[in-house]
Order: sequence, then C-alpha cells, then structure tokens
Amino acid sequence: MNAVTGFLENIGGRATSSIHRLGFASRFLLLMLQNSGMCFRRFSLIVREIYSAGVLSLIIILVSGLFVGMVLGLQGYDTLERYGSSSALGVLVALSLVRELGPVVAGLLFASRAGSAITAEIGLMKATEQLDAMEMMAVDPIARVIAPRFWAGVISMPLLAAMFSGMGVFGGYLVGVRLIGVDEGSFWSQMQSAVDFREDILNGVIKSVVFGIAVTWIAVFEGYDAPPTAEGVSGATTRTVVTSSLSILALDFMLTAFMFRGA
Amino acid sequence: MMTRKTLDLWVGVFVAIGLGALLFLALKVGNLASFSAAETYLIKANFDNIGGLKKRAPVKSAGVVVGRVEDIGFDTETYEATVAMSIDKRYEFPKDTSAKILTAGLLGEQYIGLSAGGDTGKLKDGDKLKVTQSAVVLENLISQFLFNKAADSNKNSK
Repeated sequence: MNAVTGFLENIGGRATSSIHRLGFASRFLLLMLQNSGMCFRRFSLIVREIYSAGVLSLIIILVSGLFVGMVLGLQGYDTLERYGSSSALGVLVALSLVRELGPVVAGLLFASRAGSAITAEIGLMKATEQLDAMEMMAVDPIARVIAPRFWAGVISMPLLAAMFSGMGVFGGYLVGVRLIGVDEGSFWSQMQSAVDFREDILNGVIKSVVFGIAVTWIAVFEGYDAPPTAEGVSGATTRTVVTSSLSILALDFMLTAFMFRGA
Repeated sequence: MMTRKTLDLWVGVFVAIGLGALLFLALKVGNLASFSAAETYLIKANFDNIGGLKKRAPVKSAGVVVGRVEDIGFDTETYEATVAMSIDKRYEFPKDTSAKILTAGLLGEQYIGLSAGGDTGKLKDGDKLKVTQSAVVLENLISQFLFNKAADSNKNSK
C-alpha cells in the first residue's frame, strides 16, 4: 500500500515540478527579452557569443552537411534509378535538405555543440557565484550574461542551417553529378523548377529561427536554473541536450503540419 | 583571449558565409531568379476536369515554360473548375489561344499547354480562354476501352 501511494506521490510531484519549471522558464524568457536592450546597444557582447556559438560550430555543421548531402545523393539515386527518374535526384536532395534535414539536423547539432556549452558555462558561473558577484556590483547578470548568449544563438542558428543545406546540396551534386554521372543540366534545372523560394526556402529559414529560439532558451534556462554543484551542472547539461533535441523534433512536426499540409 | 579585431573578423566571415549560403539557396537551388521577379499578367480558363493539376504547376507553350498556375477554384454555377494562370509579360498570346491539360511523361506531373491561334488581338490581363481541353482521366479511358470491347464481342457473337 505504501509503495503504491509513494509511486503516485512521485508521479504527482514530478508533474507539478515540471509545470512549475515551465512557468519559471516562461517568466525567465520574458525577463530576458525585457533586459536585452543593453546587449543591442553594446553589440560586441553579442559578437563575442556568436563567435563561441556560431563560428566554433562551423566545422561540424559544414562537414556533416556535406556528408548528409552525399548520403542523400547515393541513397536517392539508388531508389530513383528503379523508376528511371534519376534526373530528379537534385529535387530530392534539395527539397529534403531545405525543408527538413537542414533546419532539424543543424538544430540537433547546434543543441549538442553550442547549447550544452552555454548551459555548462552559465551553470558554472552560478556555481562559482560569479552571477551573484555581478549582482553585488549592480550589473544585471541577465542583461550582461544571459541575453547576449540568447540572441547570439537566435542569430547563429538560421545561418548555420542555411550553410548546412547549401553544403548538403553541394554534397549531393558531388556524388550525383561528379561521381555517378547524373546529367548536370537536369540536376540543377529540375531542382530550380521544384524548389520554391517562399514555400520551401523561407519556411526552412522560419523553422531554423524557431529552433534557434527554442534551443538557446532551453540552454540558458537550464544553466541559470542548475543546482550550484558539480552534479547539478552536469545534470543540467544533459537535460539541455535531451530537452532541446526532443523539442526540436516536436516543433518540427507542428511547423511541418502548418506549412506543408495540402498546398 | 582573442583580441577584439580577430573576433570581429571571424564573426564577420561566419555571417558572410551564412548569408552566402542563403543566397546560394535562393538563386541556385530555388527559383527566385527565374520567375517571381518578372512581371506577369493573369488569364483564366474553365475546365470540365483538371485531373491532378496543382497550384504552381507550369504553363507551357511549345514546351517552353511561360507561366504558372496561380489559383484553382470551383464554379458553382457551371460546375466547372476555374484555373487562373499568371503568364510572363514577355510572352503575348492571340485572343483565340486554347489551353489543354497535359501530363509530363506517363505518370508525371500535370501542366497546362497553351496553343496559339490565329487571331490578331492579344490576350490582356483578366481575359478568359474560350477553348479548353480537360485532363485525360485514366479510369475514363479504361472504361471506354472496355465498353468498346464489349460492344465488339456482342457484334461478333451475332
């Protein structure tokens, strides 16, 4: 009997605490938006964070984009060849990258490469009482530390996703046209006639902006909310990667349902 | 710690590559350069059956893409499909141009084919095409074929 009530208590406690955290996270987002005027006046703060979130993620994004595109080229050719339509390879590669894989895979990589770093940094700053020290010096840590990281993530993410898609299309071109020998003219022209700027590319950019907001919001919140111990920071870092990956996939489903249904 | 200047340089390079990738997607991968910039005019046509025609399907004349299907609607008075097409301003067509719904390849996407007539007057914005030909619906073709077969076999048995 005791075990059953304990179990129910446990579930209830988890549910209320996660709703509690969601409320705190929303309030935290609002607070961050209110306090982000300062970091736009001192733009060098954001530039520094773009360096650590965006520039340092450049290599992993470009290399994985290239490989994803090359794999798409190989697999797509294999399937399309059965229907005698290997000239549509460009369409397949470009549409799947621009609509889905670009924003989603770049978002997942961004979450594990930059999101975890942001959480660990802020969590450690909190654990070593640097944030409290700032407050003592009448410097608002949210405006000085949190908001620049948030905006840097929101700015970097769409750029990284665009690079991922561009690199992927190039990878598909390398494998499809250079290696396998699909006709170059039909590869590009079919791609251009099938990919619409507003419908496909702009919607992909909107997706990546949404993912950027979600990932960096989760990252800065988990860092700010982390228990100030070594264990707490490591737990928060893990939670950042798990939560932001899951929310990218869930958001992607919702956005896709809105954007590409019917048409 | 990195100096301010190198930091700015790297971030500048990063943003430039990102914008370059977007530009590449827009111009080389997408169709921003080829169509949406050109001025277009709108013409309409009614079809008995549009088959699988979709919005943004190409409108071709002599195999050359001259426009796009802009909108597809349903006329509740005549029970016909109304299709609006935007045609590139560079291409003018005679008033008695006819439109057909054709299929690219055996099972490919459907598009509208325009064949020019001999009229000297040109189509203007908002004009309606009078002669149209519907999409070929495979089921109708098959049932027609089967009926013909049945009729033939009846004749032979007599």
